[in-house]
Amino acid sequence: MLDFPRWKVISISLLLAFGVLMSLPSLFFGESHKYWPTFLPDETINLGLDLSGGSHILLEANPTDVAETRLQTMEESVRAEMRRANPRINIGDISRKDGVLSFMVRDSTQVDAAREALLPLTTGAGLTGQRDWDIEVRDDTRFVVSPTSAGLDSAVDNAMDTATDVIRRRIDEMGTREPTIIRQGDTRIVVQVPGLEDPEALKELLGKTAKLEFKLVDFEADPNAVSAGRPPVGSQIFPYPDNPAGLPNIAVKRLGGISGDKLTDAGQGFDPETNAPVVNITFDTEGGAKFARLTQNNVGRPFAIILDGVVLSAPNINEPILGGSAQISGNFTVEGANQLSIALRSGALPVELQVVEERTVGPDLGADSIRKGMIAAIIGTAAVLAFMVVTYGRFGFYANFALALNLFLILGVMAIFNATLTLPGIAGFILTVGSAVDANVLINERIREERRRGRRVVQAVEVGYKEASRAIFDANITNVIAGLLLFIFGSGPVRGFAVVLIIGIITSVFTAVVVTRMLVALWLRRTRPQELVI
Amino acid sequence: MKLLKLVPDNTNIAFLKWRNIAVAISILMIIGSMALVAQRGLNFGVDFIGGQMIRTTFTQTTDAPISELREKVGELGYGDPTIQRFGQPNEVSIRMKLPDGADQDPELANTMADQITSMLRADYPDVRIDGVDSVSGKVSEELLSKGVWSLVGAMLAITLYIWIRFEWQFGAGALFALFHDVSLTFGFFALTQLEFNLNIVAALLTIIGYSLNDTIVVYDRIRENLKKYRKMDIIALLDLSVNETLARTVMTSLTMLVALVALIIWGPDVIFGFAAAMFLGVFIGTYSSVYMAAPILIWLKVGPDSFVPPETAGGKAEKLGGPEEVG
Repeated sequence: MLDFPRWKVISISLLLAFGVLMSLPSLFFGESHKYWPTFLPDETINLGLDLSGGSHILLEANPTDVAETRLQTMEESVRAEMRRANPRINIGDISRKDGVLSFMVRDSTQVDAAREALLPLTTGAGLTGQRDWDIEVRDDTRFVVSPTSAGLDSAVDNAMDTATDVIRRRIDEMGTREPTIIRQGDTRIVVQVPGLEDPEALKELLGKTAKLEFKLVDFEADPNAVSAGRPPVGSQIFPYPDNPAGLPNIAVKRLGGISGDKLTDAGQGFDPETNAPVVNITFDTEGGAKFARLTQNNVGRPFAIILDGVVLSAPNINEPILGGSAQISGNFTVEGANQLSIALRSGALPVELQVVEERTVGPDLGADSIRKGMIAAIIGTAAVLAFMVVTYGRFGFYANFALALNLFLILGVMAIFNATLTLPGIAGFILTVGSAVDANVLINERIREERRRGRRVVQAVEVGYKEASRAIFDANITNVIAGLLLFIFGSGPVRGFAVVLIIGIITSVFTAVVVTRMLVALWLRRTRPQELVI
Repeated sequence: MKLLKLVPDNTNIAFLKWRNIAVAISILMIIGSMALVAQRGLNFGVDFIGGQMIRTTFTQTTDAPISELREKVGELGYGDPTIQRFGQPNEVSIRMKLPDGADQDPELANTMADQITSMLRADYPDVRIDGVDSVSGKVSEELLSKGVWSLVGAMLAITLYIWIRFEWQFGAGALFALFHDVSLTFGFFALTQLEFNLNIVAALLTIIGYSLNDTIVVYDRIRENLKKYRKMDIIALLDLSVNETLARTVMTSLTMLVALVALIIWGPDVIFGFAAAMFLGVFIGTYSSVYMAAPILIWLKVGPDSFVPPETAGGKAEKLGGPEEVG
């Protein structure tokens, strides 16, 4: 027991000093942090949203949307390939029933050519070597193109990656500081914005897919059929809330339109004639050329500007628009036009996202929680410290010293991992104070017991530490198990609690057993007491 | 300096004498808790049943007008709200079920929250909206099943660990003690109708951890004594072990309670339920280590042979002025 080598003392002290040093930046939150010397560590603990105030939003995508969009793109590619083949391959109507494409090749001698033309449209997906689409020929001339599950999975995965990027760009455009945007699971994205009190604007922005399309209006369609929602062949119906003609819907040509994902810029402006807010967009080279062709071939006819499946306006093409920029009019407010231009600038979401969970904490409540949490922590800790000294005297003082170091260490380790401190996490701190002293209680009670049994001082201390360590070890392992399960299955603030608990258990075993043992050993060696007040 | 001794030296209380009565009472309490949960139900928060919770503080009013609020929110036509105080009398939470069809169209939930908050702001100028929680049915189902799994998983994993470190009888005893603790905590929440939310799952797991801590300390001493006093009657041996660890049990429980009292009185209102559950859990956990975990060892016939002695049979029955064996 008395034999405590110098290298052990030095390495334990260095480890403690390092932990305390790492905890310092977190204790100097805010202003004074600026004057922190740069050679010192500056990682700090993050404050959870329940303490800093802000919004947590969980978004979920519907994978069937991705499947639907993917099928439509495939249909257009199939048409293009058949048209481009030399000689051109004639096909019948393409059906999109049950999530698969099927169509007839009119000339049975062209089946092989059609298969050749289709194969390059598929690629490998995933690690299994499976392709992303299956192409089958049934009854000699009927082609069935069906998505494979591997293909669909990787499409959803890509869509979610793109969606995460788009959301990050949109939130950055809003000028919000330090948002956290993480993909969660297969179809979810978590967005956390500290300090945001009213998440309405944010939700509005995230709820827009911002899928912009320009399609030619089918002006030959029968207005009665259109109002009833029955599209003519080759057209589709879109709602048109601000239709000057008064009809609720409008029919547009299914094919031959262009999509608005080929933009380089978008900004809010005003119509020079009416002074109404509009959105000015600029196409990239490819989009500009397409737009020029569309407007050139259709002068005098109306085209519909469709945003997220709703027609904003359907202006006439007065003259070809060749410059690659255009103006979107609609019934906008300035703010609405501004939001739309942010959404268009940051690109369309490849999939519609819905808010499935939202938690907002006002800054007052957060500040209040921190203040009350601190008060409770100080009072609770002080009471426990006093209690320990009254009960165990010198040994209680050693335990308290270890406990104080333990608090610094928890903060330090949390800062190293950039862990998040939440409100339940503060409760975790206070509980750690309560349970960290348990190890010292176990040891000290055991020493008392061994003294009663007549052991001499040094031997009693030695046996006390040795016998108590077994129970301390077992008890703490089970606590870590409970903490780990809480961390795995918990969410948000509760996870913050689990983090404090797990780190606290590990550091407390170190401080309460190793550090106090060192202190006691050094004291025993120095004074060699014959009696022990414990 | 005279140091405080909470438990006098050589205390010898015949705890296990009362084991039959204690276990009978405990089983009655478990059944009672289950009946309470079945009859009154748990006051689930939005975390577990979905819906919307708006937390508000009336900054200029000492007492929040709860019944008036209930009426006014009810008039908006989204069904009856659950309005509860939390912490101070001027702080209330307003809980609503999500409107029908909100899972398809989240706008509906937004509209509802907007209407409620704008009504509050218009009719009560001193109101402060402290937070809005909105959880869809799908997410709340996941949170509930995750919560259940973490509880079940923790109990099984811990039981397994104790089985490996001790013997199967000890694992069974610990599991039974945990079942007792968790049941009674559920009963407490059914009785008080405190809101049962994610934080309470954290509290339950902490109670499990704490109760186990206690159980292991007692078990560790039983194991040690089984090897030491191979001839001692099992009941006497259990009593001896409980008494030897009693000073530690009392001291640790008291420090935990001191820390928790600080949390309950001065801590943030949002975690009141958490701290209250933990406070109760310290009592339940300590009690169950003595009266649930220990007697089971008698019935499962634990004896000196449960552990193959590390040295030759006969053991090293060292008795350095140890307490007298009691029969």
